[in-house]
Amino acid sequence: MDFLMDNAILLIIVGAVGIPVLIYALLGVGERILDLLPHKAGHRLRPLVWLFLPLALIILILLYPVVSTIRSSFMDATDAHFVGFDNYVWAFQGDMLGVIGNNIVWVVVLPLATVVMALIAAVLFDRVAYERVAMTLILLPTAISFVAGAVIWTQMYAYQPAGSTQLGTFNALLTALVPGFRPISWLQTPMVNTLAMILIAVWLQLGIAVLILSAAVKNVDQELLEAARLDGANELRVFFSITLPVITPAVLVVLTTAMMAALKIFDIVYVLTNGLFESDVIANRLYSELFHARDYGHASVIAVILLVAALPIVLLNVAQFRSEGE
Amino acid sequence: MSSRQNARRARGWSWRWLVHIITIAMSIAWFVPILGLFISSVRTQADTADSGWWTAILSPYFTSKNYRMAFDQIGVFDSLATSLAIAIPTTILTTTISVIGAFALTRMRFVGRAALSLLLVALLVTPPQITLVPLLRLYAAVGLSGTIPGIWLYQVGFTVPYGIFLIRGFIGGIPRELFESAAVDGAGTLRVFSSIVIPLSLPIMMSLAIMQFLWSWNDLLIPLLFLGGSPMAAPITVELASVAASTSQGQGPLMAATFVSALIPLLIVISLQRYFVRGVLGGAVKG
Repeated sequence: MDFLMDNAILLIIVGAVGIPVLIYALLGVGERILDLLPHKAGHRLRPLVWLFLPLALIILILLYPVVSTIRSSFMDATDAHFVGFDNYVWAFQGDMLGVIGNNIVWVVVLPLATVVMALIAAVLFDRVAYERVAMTLILLPTAISFVAGAVIWTQMYAYQPAGSTQLGTFNALLTALVPGFRPISWLQTPMVNTLAMILIAVWLQLGIAVLILSAAVKNVDQELLEAARLDGANELRVFFSITLPVITPAVLVVLTTAMMAALKIFDIVYVLTNGLFESDVIANRLYSELFHARDYGHASVIAVILLVAALPIVLLNVAQFRSEGE
Repeated sequence: MSSRQNARRARGWSWRWLVHIITIAMSIAWFVPILGLFISSVRTQADTADSGWWTAILSPYFTSKNYRMAFDQIGVFDSLATSLAIAIPTTILTTTISVIGAFALTRMRFVGRAALSLLLVALLVTPPQITLVPLLRLYAAVGLSGTIPGIWLYQVGFTVPYGIFLIRGFIGGIPRELFESAAVDGAGTLRVFSSIVIPLSLPIMMSLAIMQFLWSWNDLLIPLLFLGGSPMAAPITVELASVAASTSQGQGPLMAATFVSALIPLLIVISLQRYFVRGVLGGAVKG
């Protein structure tokens, strides 16, 4: 067993070939058994055979943990004793307030910045001959991990004291362009660091938003746009009174996607500040409660807060799904 | 009238320039950090400590030393192997299990089908953090901690609702007559699945596979939490995060390792852009 566990090639063969073949074989066995049963019983049991594996996974990895975490949020650090709402009280006082405050900044600024920039890009790219090139360039960062994105941006945000050569792109650019500019310690200044890290997230994920909005913009009736222009409406007017109302559903998708990303943001903060300089966020705090404080109660309550905060988005999605008529 | 037309034309002209300027500026701005990464990865340690990466554009002097150090000292090769050992099986298993689930959900009738669809939609945006405390303890109890299959299990289970959701619409679009004529020919369910559903769903399965590969390859949280104590090297994201925190290796090798880590997903997105776009547009939101 051990030789299997540290051999990448063997693991890939087992996971990518062996298990899928096994799954297919088990489906075959299941179908054989169904065929032996009376027709009606077979018909009724068939969905169970096919849905068994997906459902078992969803129950094990998603449903059971949600229930269990909610339970643990009412327990003490070792998950042994019931403590009522103690963890909830802890979660809304002291330094947790700053942590939650930072997440609120993330949840407001990231979606807004993403939507505004993505709208500009989607509308403008639509009018240039080199749209594909521009789109590909905007899409490149979406392939990169948030960890790599954070590492890449250390070069943008590097800081040297005033007077010495600036190695960071922003400080160098601003020092050269703005007379009397004093270099900013982007990642060590409270609030500035949160906004600086939000910009990294915008850079990483904007391509997804542009793709979604761009597809919506191309669906807007061209004749309607032309008619409005002939009537003398300027481009801004055309955008706000014709394009924007039509693409509102797509804008909502972009907003909720960005909100979810902001809510559970972890990698960028973990790599760049690890929550120092008043930049901590909920998901990073959960990580330190789990691994440094080893407090299951606190970790669970933080997770429940994340879930509750995500609930409006969940409900919005469900409502949207139902209105589409299955 | 003609003066108004002239005014419109003049305005149109300046508007068009504005469109080009903003589009080009944005494209360049989005590319600059990646360019900076690459340039820093081929500059000497002394240069990097002395001047910003952009100075190398005017006076290029490049070295491959950072890449040698990334492979020799940071152990990038082993980390890439671990990342592949996680991402490839996760991708194939997610796609396989999702297409099975989507097929059952769209083509079979059973009690609670509508409720199950709604549950899947709700689970699409569940934050992964809610699952961590119980699963860490469960993994420790059953010996899955620090194992690669444990990561497969998590990443597959977490993405299956999204996968089913993405493929579902596609299978729903397969013409009913195909299934009917297969039934007339006496084809069993497994036969229908493997000779109609799979071949016709290949494009969307490809999209799901790409999305899942990128997600798995780029994931930090799950391997960071669940892979501690593994005999294998840390996957590339975990490795980068720890090298970035230590700074003892220096800027150059870190940038080289980061560039290597980004190369595989970048090549995938560029070469398979069509499928990637379909995956993005079909799935919308994932937790």
